This record gives sequence, C-alpha cells and structure tokens, in this order.
Amino acid sequence: MTSTQNIEQHGVAPVSSEAAVNLPLWKQDGAKPFLQIENVTKKFGEFTAVDNISLDIYKNELFCLLGGSGSGKSTLLRMLAGFESPTSGRIIVDGVDMAGIPPWKRPINMMFQSYALFPHLTVEQNVAFGLKREGLDRSEVKQRVAKMLDMVQLGHLGKRKPSQLSGGQRQRVALARSLVKRPKLLLLDEPLGALDKKLREETQFELINIQEELGVTFVVVTHDQEEAMTLATRIGVMNHGVIVQTAEPHDVYEYPNSRFVAEFVGSVNLFEGKVIEDQPDSVRIKSKDAGAILYVNHGISCAPNQKVHVALRPEKARISKQKPDQTENCIKGIVEEIAYMGSLSVYRVRLTSGKEVRITQPNITRGAGERLTWNDEVYLFWDVDSSVVLTS
Amino acid sequence: MKRRSIFLTTSATLGFIFLYAPMIALVVYSFNKSKLVTVWGGWSLKWYGELFRNEQIIDAALLSFKIAFISASVAVILGTMAGFVLSRFGRFRGKMVLSGWISAPLVMPEVITGLSLLLLFVAMEGMFGWPSGRGTGTIIIAHVTFCMAYVAVIVQSRLSQLDETLEEAAMDLGAKPSSLFFLITMPLIMPAIISGWLLSFTLSLDDLVIASFVSGPGNSTLPMVIFSKVRLGVSPEVNALATLMIAVVAIGVIGAMYQMRRQSKLLATEE
Repeated sequence: MTSTQNIEQHGVAPVSSEAAVNLPLWKQDGAKPFLQIENVTKKFGEFTAVDNISLDIYKNELFCLLGGSGSGKSTLLRMLAGFESPTSGRIIVDGVDMAGIPPWKRPINMMFQSYALFPHLTVEQNVAFGLKREGLDRSEVKQRVAKMLDMVQLGHLGKRKPSQLSGGQRQRVALARSLVKRPKLLLLDEPLGALDKKLREETQFELINIQEELGVTFVVVTHDQEEAMTLATRIGVMNHGVIVQTAEPHDVYEYPNSRFVAEFVGSVNLFEGKVIEDQPDSVRIKSKDAGAILYVNHGISCAPNQKVHVALRPEKARISKQKPDQTENCIKGIVEEIAYMGSLSVYRVRLTSGKEVRITQPNITRGAGERLTWNDEVYLFWDVDSSVVLTS
Repeated sequence: MKRRSIFLTTSATLGFIFLYAPMIALVVYSFNKSKLVTVWGGWSLKWYGELFRNEQIIDAALLSFKIAFISASVAVILGTMAGFVLSRFGRFRGKMVLSGWISAPLVMPEVITGLSLLLLFVAMEGMFGWPSGRGTGTIIIAHVTFCMAYVAVIVQSRLSQLDETLEEAAMDLGAKPSSLFFLITMPLIMPAIISGWLLSFTLSLDDLVIASFVSGPGNSTLPMVIFSKVRLGVSPEVNALATLMIAVVAIGVIGAMYQMRRQSKLLATEE
C-alpha cells in the first residue's frame, strides 16, 4: 500500500494541475503493476488459444478483456485462476509468481459465468464455504457472511437454496461468495451475461460501487462491448489469442487502432482508399468507396501507396438535404432506409459510388426541423477530426 | 384429457400382461390354501406361516441379506471410485480399456463370471492359501465384482452431467481436491450412489448362478435354496417366499428410481 502511495505522490509532484492529481496509475511512469502477464502463451495441442500476451494491470483497476468467442479471453482468465497453466510465460500477482500455485492457494477468486452456486447448500453456506476452508472460527465466519450478504442486499434470503432464487439474486450470491474471502484479485467471467437488460444496468453500477468500496482489482471477461464500456477503467480488445488494443473505453471507441477494433466496438463505416497527400499533421485520402477525397487532421505512419481505411462512426456525420457550407468531407447519397428508434433515427444511405453507409442522428426536436424520407437525395458531412485513419 | 389411440392402449396393456401375468399368478397362488400348487383351494396365509417356521429358509434369507448388504456397500465404494476416475481423470492411456473392462461384467454371461471366479479362487487358494475354502466371503467378493460395474456406470453417467465449474468454484474458494470430493462432488451425486447401492443390493439378492459357483457347503443363499427346493417339486411355500422376494426387490428398484429422479432434479437446479 505504501509503495503505491509513494508512486502516486511521486507522479503528482512535477505537475500541479487538477487533472494530474487523478492521473491513473497506468499513465504514471514507473508505477508498479499489480498483475503482470508476461509473454503468456497457451496451446491446446496444435491450437494456440493465447498467443504471447503481455499485459500490466494496476491496483484498483477494473480491467475488461473484450473479445468474441474463441478469442482466448476465457483461457487467459482460467490461467489467472489457476485452472489452466500457461504453456510458456509468467503470471505475477502482487510480486509473486503464480507458477505451480494451485487454484486453492491463490489470492484470487473468480465469479463464474454460470455462477456455479452449490445447489445442495443454502445461500449462507455457499458464501461461508470459502471462509470455512480458511479455518476461521465460527463467529467470524458468521459475521463476515452476514456483512457480505447485507452488502449485496440478500441478508433476508440466507436460508434459501440457490434454486429458490431469481437470476439476479443468484448473481449477487455468486458475487458475495467470491468477494467474502477478500481476494487481492477478482476475476469475473461474463458477470452480467445471464441478466435481463434492466437488471444489467442496475448491476453494472452496483459492481462499480462495490469495486470502489472494497478496493479489489477486477478483471472482467466479456463479449459485450456495452458492458465493457460502462464497467471498465481500461479495455483490452482480444482477437485470435492476441490483445489488439489496450486503452481506456473512450479511446478504444474514438481512436481504434485497427479495423478489427473499430468494427468490434460499436458500429463503423469504413472507406477504403489511398493516401494522396501525407503531411505530418494531416492526410488526404482518395477513396473510391466514398467517391471523394477525404481529409483527416491527424498524421499517420504508413508506406507510400499503402491501402488505408477511413473509419467514421455513424453518429459523427450529419445528414441534410441542404448542401452544407463545408467542401471537405462532404459526400452525396440517397436515403434507402430509415429506422426511427425514439431518441435517435438510423439512416441507411447509398452513396453514388454504390457503397452503403449507416448514419445515426439524435432526434433533437419534435419534428419541426427538416424531415427526411425515402429516396431523398442527401449530403453527408463531418468534421475533419471526426474520422480516424486505420492502417491495419 | 388427451384421448389416447386404441392402438397405444392395447399395446401398453399387452406389454404389461406379458411382463406381469406370471408374477401375478405367482403372487395369487402364494395365498392358495391347497397343498397342490396348481389347484386353487381358496385364500389362506398358511404358507407364509409355514415359511417362517422353516429354519433352512430363514437362515438362507438372513445369509442372503447379509451378503447383499456387505457386497452393496463395498461395491458402492469401489464403483464410485471407478466411475469418478472414468469421468474426471481426463484422457489417459488405457481409458478405453478400463471403461470396457468396467462394463464387461454387465454383458458377460453369469455362468462365465461364476466359472472364472471359481477358477481364480481355487488357484489363489493353491498359491497363497487364501481364500481357504469357499463360502460367504467368496460370494461377497464375486457379488462385489459385478455390482461394482453397475455402480460405476451409474456414477459415471451422473458425474458427466455434473457441471464441472462447481468443482472449479470449490477449488477457487480454497477447497483442496481431497476435501472437494466430500464437500461438493459426493453430496451432489449422493442420489446416484444411493440408487447404485439399492440396485447392487437387489442384484446380489437375486443372484443364483454366480453364487452357485463360488459358495461352499453350508452357505446356501436364498435363491440357491429356492432352486434346490423347486427341483424336488414346487411347494406352495416357495410361492410365498417368491412373493416376499418380489416385494423386497420391487422396493429396492423403486427406491433406486426415486433416487435417480431426485438426482435429475438436483442437477436441474444448477441452471
């Protein structure tokens, strides 16, 4: 604990601005990571599930591993828990190498996707299970179980069996059971997967509250980008056993580093093209897809004539029947489909090049403004800093 | 109420008649007053009374129950261990062979099982002097051999339905593999273990062929006594005895089925 405080103070010292005080650990030079994953590879026969991953996770983080099925995220989680051992590489938790330490001796607990509540034990017995294994005396076990159940608001259901609980209640029992041992690191496998939408939202914020209250480091595995966005301090996007990008949720969404990340996190329009003008702080890209030359105000590093993609989020462009004043980043198309979704409308626009583009617009007014309808000829336009160039 | 077709009703009726008519006849005739087995002479409990005065039969029944109890208990322990290994040990060299061996006694003709065990016992006696002679001990060993196969199959199938993350969760919470089995796995497959025990008990109680091979003088089990009596001519007493055995076996089998249903319910609640 003292070491982290030192580092925080050390990190704060040179800068005096308000923002720097809250500078997260992963942005501070020399901060000591709490969980170090070093060149970890896991092979099942010929198949490489996790391919040479290195990752540092800091104390009190809520780190999300985001990826589709088969991306290796669950395998990585199971290696942290100790159910699988890495083919090569090291996993270090709080300075201790976990190699050869069996699951029952690790300072790590896991909340399973299926919750894995013991069906023959009551809620109280489920939560007490881990504490009893530590050999604590009865009164302490009882007191800690009661406190934990109160925290997840299940104090009144302690005598029930898991089969007599609703999905949301089971999820909270599973959480209580994995937290009651006060692990240094808590692993959560698709924690909200089995809950319905409303319950998910409530639980998301509850999870964040609990995490902040107890100061446990969380590693969450999920395939749901929305879940990752709301929960995480940082997200690691995984694909084919590799971490493609590690960044804060905002950066993953706004500055994806590859087509995979752009398409996996949220929806995106991609225009293929070639760089025709390469300045240090801006690029012009000629795109057949867009049928125009696109201008982006950030520099890129790429080989001459390399094929690149300009990524544009659906909500970043505006749509209008009137020709806008700007000449940069303005393309013409025809409205093919409109989906009215209440707070926003989704338009599918076919460009003159034949490419289909998806645009969302918030419905700010109650219809006093311009109404678009099918087959309207429209202009799509966006600011120079709204799109991102992807080289891979 | 859904109307069932005449075809279904008839086939069900015929099937049940085919299965149970002989037993019903036997049960009815056990209450026959007449001394002649095939002639009906009115209702009576007389032969049950005779039965309980026949010391040879009572002794044989007690012996059979004792053997069934011990072999079922031993078979449950060994069979559970075998079933556990088969479903949890992952893939290991010789797994196919072992699972084949485990189920061999289920399909092996009893005469062969009996004969081979007899040969083994005789050979062992010649080499180590144990088991000295054949009797209750050898019958128990023989019964354990084939009952354990049934237990192993039941336990293995239940374990394969058991969510393995439950065991992982227990390990994650600090349970060592040794305590894990007794704290989580065993309670969850308990119904399967109980039904395995009940099944073993009734199988051992029923067995005639194997017991005939491996028993020694003065160690006749109940089925052996019945069989030898029947060879001298069927007496109404045997009918009464057979009725009681049907009752015991039925209770065992129904109990086993009840436990299996309880098991499926227990596993279903994991969802």
